[in-house]
Amino acid sequence: MKTFLILGAGTGGTMMANKLLKRLDPKEWKIILVDKDEAHYYQPGFLFIPFGYYKPEAVYQPKKKFVPNGVEFILSDIELIEPEASQVTLTKNNQVIHYDQLLIATGTDIHPEEIDGMLDGWRKNIFDYYTFDGAMALKDFLKNFNGGRVVLNIKEMPIKCPVAPLEFLFLADYYFTQRGIRNKVDLLFTTPLTGAFTKPISSKMLGDVMEKKGIRTEAEFDVMEVDAAANIIRGYDGREFEYDLLITIPTNMGSDVIKRSGMGDDLYFIPTNKETLRSDKYENVWVIGDAANLPASKAGSVVHYAAETLIENIMSALEGKPLTAKFDGHSTCHIVSGFNKSLLIDFSYDTEPLTGLYPFPVVGPFPLLKESWLNYIGKLSFKWIYWNIMLRGIPFPLPPEYSAAGKKQVSI
Amino acid sequence: MPTKNIAGKDIQVNEEGFMTNPAEWTKEIAAEIAKEEGISELSEMHWKVIDFCRANAESTGAVPTLRTITTGSGVSTKEVFALFPKGPAKKVARISGLGKPEGCV
Repeated sequence: MKTFLILGAGTGGTMMANKLLKRLDPKEWKIILVDKDEAHYYQPGFLFIPFGYYKPEAVYQPKKKFVPNGVEFILSDIELIEPEASQVTLTKNNQVIHYDQLLIATGTDIHPEEIDGMLDGWRKNIFDYYTFDGAMALKDFLKNFNGGRVVLNIKEMPIKCPVAPLEFLFLADYYFTQRGIRNKVDLLFTTPLTGAFTKPISSKMLGDVMEKKGIRTEAEFDVMEVDAAANIIRGYDGREFEYDLLITIPTNMGSDVIKRSGMGDDLYFIPTNKETLRSDKYENVWVIGDAANLPASKAGSVVHYAAETLIENIMSALEGKPLTAKFDGHSTCHIVSGFNKSLLIDFSYDTEPLTGLYPFPVVGPFPLLKESWLNYIGKLSFKWIYWNIMLRGIPFPLPPEYSAAGKKQVSI
Repeated sequence: MPTKNIAGKDIQVNEEGFMTNPAEWTKEIAAEIAKEEGISELSEMHWKVIDFCRANAESTGAVPTLRTITTGSGVSTKEVFALFPKGPAKKVARISGLGKPEGCV
């Protein structure tokens, strides 16, 4: 009996466990899935919690619910991966698992300690919303927040869901408007990027939305320290801003076990072939999702599209064939913009987000890079799709590859 | 592709003034671009950072990020900002004859 070991039962690990179970011969393969947490979080939902738009219980379910019969689930942290010996040591009982094939899906975590002084004000008036606890703590704070300056800072790229900071600000604008105190709140976005977003066209168009909503952007701001006693955030270039509430997107790093195992780059993301999704270094190690160093978004949609490539390449490798499936970096992101509207972007390694229609030319129905109510309905229904279709590895009736059809270049 | 005369040589650059062929780079070109960026003279510390960036870009195929520079060159973030004020990763990349550092989406 051979072992296919999957580390991490998040979006990527769970999806791949379902896909592998369907494709691997059960007489030949045992599939083991390891994760340290019992709860599976619907991470896109974290954004809505601080504003009370989602109830906390809407964003988590037991992980086991999505583990199919036929896959062994072990609840444990991972102590060490030894790829040279093809073995993994778990924290629980120091259990050693020898594997024939390994899939790493250990994701990324936030590291507020990377910013000097930030922990001094942590969860007092400095919050994150990239964790369930952070989103809940921020919800309690916002209830009693009646005005002042809200600064949202990105420490450095890459971050999970690069559009989430913009969504937070858009929703904050909506939330404070609903509460009738928008005129008492100053929303300020400080980012190391050269504008609101990463690529020129979307950066310009999203920047316009920010401006329209009265949200200021301070670009090319590299945070040096937080002075929590004085409520000031300081940049290396001397710029500094006072805040009443600081929302941080701290440094994102790969899992601690990747660091311990010496398998990561300087942010502990695993060097991975961006087309085949195999580890650059080890033939029997595959990587999916945020754990990989791919030059793509760290987002669930990327995991979903990548999974289609990965399953084909794993099957090819097991059959001794060349890896012919190529991941193109396809990503589709909703950008909730408040007032029951949302924007949609669709892009790949080679093509930046453009305007047009998605998923089909002419009929769409979803407009790209444009605020619309229909997009928002699409976004809200995605939660159901996530729990019921995506995690279970059921294919969508949409091709995983990026398509240029229906997209338009605009001059900026 | 536009070209620009730097240090007596016609060099290929993009519309933002970043060199597009790292092989055309020389130390004289670096010194001249540095002047355009407001750095009148490149010190030993400047060169330490530039040399690291060129070597790193050659081995990885990507333009180094600020974090890559500070963890790899042994020069602290504060020093890097003092050496190449305002947007050091971009500035160093330009002086080192590398493309513009592209944040991923």
